[in-house]
Amino acid sequence: MSEARIDVQVEHKHAPPPSEKKHPNTCPKCGSHYRDDELEAALWVCGHCGHHFPMRARARIDWYTDAGSFVEEAADVRSEDPLDFFDLRPYAERLSEAELNTGLSEAALIGQATIDGHPVELSVMDFTFMGGSMGSAVGEKFSRACDSAIERGVPLISVTSSGGARMQEGILSLMQLPKTVCAVEDLHDAHIPMITVMAHPTTAGVLASFASLGDVTIAEPGALIAFTGPRVVQQTTREKLPDDFGLAEQNLRFGHVDAIVPRPAQREHLSRLLRLFA
Amino acid sequence: MTERDQELNLRQRLSGLSRLPLLRGVRVNGESERLERQLQRLQADTSDEAIWRSVELARHADRPYTMDYVERFIDDWVELHGDRGRADDGALVTGLGKLDGRTVALIGHQKGRDVKERLDRQFGMAYPEGYHKAMRVMEIAERFGFPVISLVDTPGAYPGVAAEQHGQGGAIARSQAEMARLTVPTVACIIGEGGSGGAVAIAVSDRVLMQENAIYSVITPEGCAAILWRDAGEAKKAAAAFKPDALHCLELGVIDGIVAEPEGGAQNDHDEAARLLRAALVESLEELEDTPGEELRRRRRAKFRGMGVFA
Repeated sequence: MSEARIDVQVEHKHAPPPSEKKHPNTCPKCGSHYRDDELEAALWVCGHCGHHFPMRARARIDWYTDAGSFVEEAADVRSEDPLDFFDLRPYAERLSEAELNTGLSEAALIGQATIDGHPVELSVMDFTFMGGSMGSAVGEKFSRACDSAIERGVPLISVTSSGGARMQEGILSLMQLPKTVCAVEDLHDAHIPMITVMAHPTTAGVLASFASLGDVTIAEPGALIAFTGPRVVQQTTREKLPDDFGLAEQNLRFGHVDAIVPRPAQREHLSRLLRLFA
Repeated sequence: MTERDQELNLRQRLSGLSRLPLLRGVRVNGESERLERQLQRLQADTSDEAIWRSVELARHADRPYTMDYVERFIDDWVELHGDRGRADDGALVTGLGKLDGRTVALIGHQKGRDVKERLDRQFGMAYPEGYHKAMRVMEIAERFGFPVISLVDTPGAYPGVAAEQHGQGGAIARSQAEMARLTVPTVACIIGEGGSGGAVAIAVSDRVLMQENAIYSVITPEGCAAILWRDAGEAKKAAAAFKPDALHCLELGVIDGIVAEPEGGAQNDHDEAARLLRAALVESLEELEDTPGEELRRRRRAKFRGMGVFA
């Protein structure tokens, strides 16, 4: 019994129980509360403690790119339901619901834009669409972003935020790992730079494929970057987890990312990298 | 689903199967009858049960592991240990040997037979060090033109604190990238559990085969049930929903062929299982060996880039 109590304590440090669910505009770290317009003006970063709230894909694209420069590509690529997958609810129903709730057709947006005048290709994931999970449509969109970058000879900026492969597509979602890896290899062969921004969370299948293959990789403060998340590691191995297990800061210390860049500084950071690779 | 729908569905599946190229290999080994029987079994079953039977057989304690096959059909075997950085990972075995007269590099997960060996080899769940070791051996293969044979049998990559700190996700990504760069022939076979990223890390191959009762999946049935059904006990339902069995993987274009097993499963006759696997590996290599390396790589990437179903 005493062991079980210890487990629960370890768990609480990383994942507060769902019963304590707070308003989405309340900072989970320091409890500060913000109006929508305040959060938006602060790029969804807590002005008090620096906590990074999730940022939607379109808002991020607006923040990174020159006004009006973004042209979306492959907007018509959508998921199908090859397995007729049914868990507690049908996959098709989950997809329609995600579409309605997010205003997106999939968990990734791709397109061309300029950043401080530098033409780039963008692939940006949105965690609110089924946990940013990667199924066939996300794999295809990312691959097309690689092709488009090669075709136009411009760098690819890839922003990742994903719980991993989309289980509802079974083995086909696992095959999106080698698929996106092959797309990145084509990019490398064409000497096109890829800059990866890892947002919270970048885990499992996405970390184990294209997210880890950037020429330069930056992470957002506090982002969870792990192949296996803390809850599963704790449950399977019963190991005592370090306080910052799997977080961006630990990944920097162990050499898995090049830098941690707070959101307000990211645009300038990307711009500098683009000047270096130009 | 009505009975009519089910029959229609099945007929489509059978017609799809008969058009598949690598089933030729099964026939060459005189195994077409067995496959026919298997299809009949599928017809008889509601197939949820058949899928679960595959899950159980794929994890059978007596199922042959990588080293059982190495002993039976690799000559002059020399195991290569260590990743030259941090450790030697027993969950992933690598080495050089002769297959049908040619030198090959072999990479395979190894689960371990008794309790001590299972613990030593982490039940076939590799650390990043295992994938680093695999990449080192792939580099040797590339330099000297040896084909790469992968035998996949893992519940998944090791989910531990040290594994994360040593970069599990990045190691799996880079191992796939290394395989996407090779210009030598590569053949993989799922010989038991093909569990998620830990499996695909060494299976980005020109030919991907699966033994009749192996499974290949994005997550374990228990893991999927725990997340989507919020109850790991619903593993059977989860497996039926995400269909990790060889026939479904073939139908979805994820694998190139199915390797027959002895009657009742590979655990019943290791020698016969090895004979069938060896024949399939040799045949696959023969199909690939005349193709120039650059062309192999181009086709391999095109194959994987074509995977998925979307609108």
